[in-house]
Amino acid sequence: MLLIHCPYCNQTLPEAEFTYAGEAHIARPADPSSVSDEEWRDFLFIRTNVKGPHYERWRHFHGCGRYFNAVRDTVSDRFLITYKTDDPRPELSKLLEKSK
Amino acid sequence: MTHFSALSLIKNALSGQKNWEPQWPDSEPKAEYDVIIVGAGGHGLGAAYYLAKEHGITNVAVIDKGWLGGGNTGRNTTIIRSNYLYDESAKLYDHALDLWDGLSQELNYNVMYSQRGVLMLAHNVHDVQSFQRHVHANRLNGVDNVWLSKEEAKEFCPPLDISPNARYPVVGAALQRRAGTARHDAVAWGYARGAAARGVDIIQNCPVTAIRRGPDGRVTGVETAKGFIGAKKVAVSAAGHTSVVMDTAGVRMPLESYPLQALVSEPIKPIFPCVVMSNSVHAYISQSDKGELVIGSGTDQYTSYSQRGGLPLIEHTVAAICEIFPIFNRMRMLRKWGGIVDVTPDRSAILGKTPVPGLYVNCGWGTGGVKATPGAAHTLAWTVAKDDPHPANAPFTLERFSTGRLIDEAAAAAVAH
Repeated sequence: MLLIHCPYCNQTLPEAEFTYAGEAHIARPADPSSVSDEEWRDFLFIRTNVKGPHYERWRHFHGCGRYFNAVRDTVSDRFLITYKTDDPRPELSKLLEKSK
Repeated sequence: MTHFSALSLIKNALSGQKNWEPQWPDSEPKAEYDVIIVGAGGHGLGAAYYLAKEHGITNVAVIDKGWLGGGNTGRNTTIIRSNYLYDESAKLYDHALDLWDGLSQELNYNVMYSQRGVLMLAHNVHDVQSFQRHVHANRLNGVDNVWLSKEEAKEFCPPLDISPNARYPVVGAALQRRAGTARHDAVAWGYARGAAARGVDIIQNCPVTAIRRGPDGRVTGVETAKGFIGAKKVAVSAAGHTSVVMDTAGVRMPLESYPLQALVSEPIKPIFPCVVMSNSVHAYISQSDKGELVIGSGTDQYTSYSQRGGLPLIEHTVAAICEIFPIFNRMRMLRKWGGIVDVTPDRSAILGKTPVPGLYVNCGWGTGGVKATPGAAHTLAWTVAKDDPHPANAPFTLERFSTGRLIDEAAAAAVAH
């Protein structure tokens, strides 16, 4: 069972309270009618699917109900950080330094 | 290669089983091949077998980072069926089922294909409508699938509880009689043996670290732990690691890798005659020839490359099985495992050419790859040999994610494979 820290509730709680919501920091095209089919594909379907630290969204479904972001290592499933959706994307090198 | 027969069994029994030959050699890589297949699972080994047998291309290497059949080929619940909703899927999976039919004879290797039937339980009006739609669509496509009343389902699968007081009452079921299970390891071993006998090199414990391309963009070979190996064509069939490998060739894939877990119980006497799936309660179960109940459900909710997965999913799965079959609620579970499955947005495979000349891909089978093994292998070999897809895999392109021509089995409620 993963233990996940909700940055809004400021509590670390079992995975069962949360739902996974896919990769984070994917911005919808600002002007949808001007983008090409390939750009739509990239936005809708292409994911980094990284083997290692992964920027992703979670939702505290059975708690505050809010979405937040996280960086989790997809090899060890260990969370490096969770942060609020309007917080800036944390730099990976600093996170890795901190987790050592 | 020893031909297996009653006579060879008797002969070897009389000599104390000491004279069996290895079924395939553990090869060292040559400098160059016509075709390199990345991933020695059932799909990759099968593709090598069909390349050699049907297309006369024998200068082939199958390279794996581990041992052959050690990935998802050995980590599934061995269920084989073809009752998919859409025409494209029905054609591809039924192509696989046709090949499963004669596979043991063709390979001279017992893959223990058992057509014991797959029963999909309906628990509510929505299930009934959805499954009947599947049954009708399947029959129009010539795919075997019939609708059973709950009494007929009980007759087919006696452990089923059809009382109206059940937590999730059974109101009917769809049955594909032609479907069933097979010994997943034996499929990989059988193909490996058949391919090696025709001159294919099987290179194990040799991770492919990158795909190399020439100045014209064409594939030139692969970098591995044992150095560079040249190749005119490269086919990637690496399941959950496909996007990692494809990334090295500069091709980004519409894939996400999730752990898919399964578990087996302690072995018991034969009690369970078929495969039962319940999409609403979300679990599936069958009994292996060893007597273990083989149980599975969906993927974990988060992407991961850890071949473990989380215990909450196992709890959910076992709870679902106990709700459908209270008879099993005191069984002890023996072991569980996880495989990393590559899932596409529309839950259909990607099997064909890529934007890179000489590079082919077979991936995106998600939670349903084992049933497709011979079909995927056969059509991948065809696509590589002719540089043109087989009619069965032609719709399963990578381009469909930009053209929008998806094969949306996800929306067709194929929850569990």
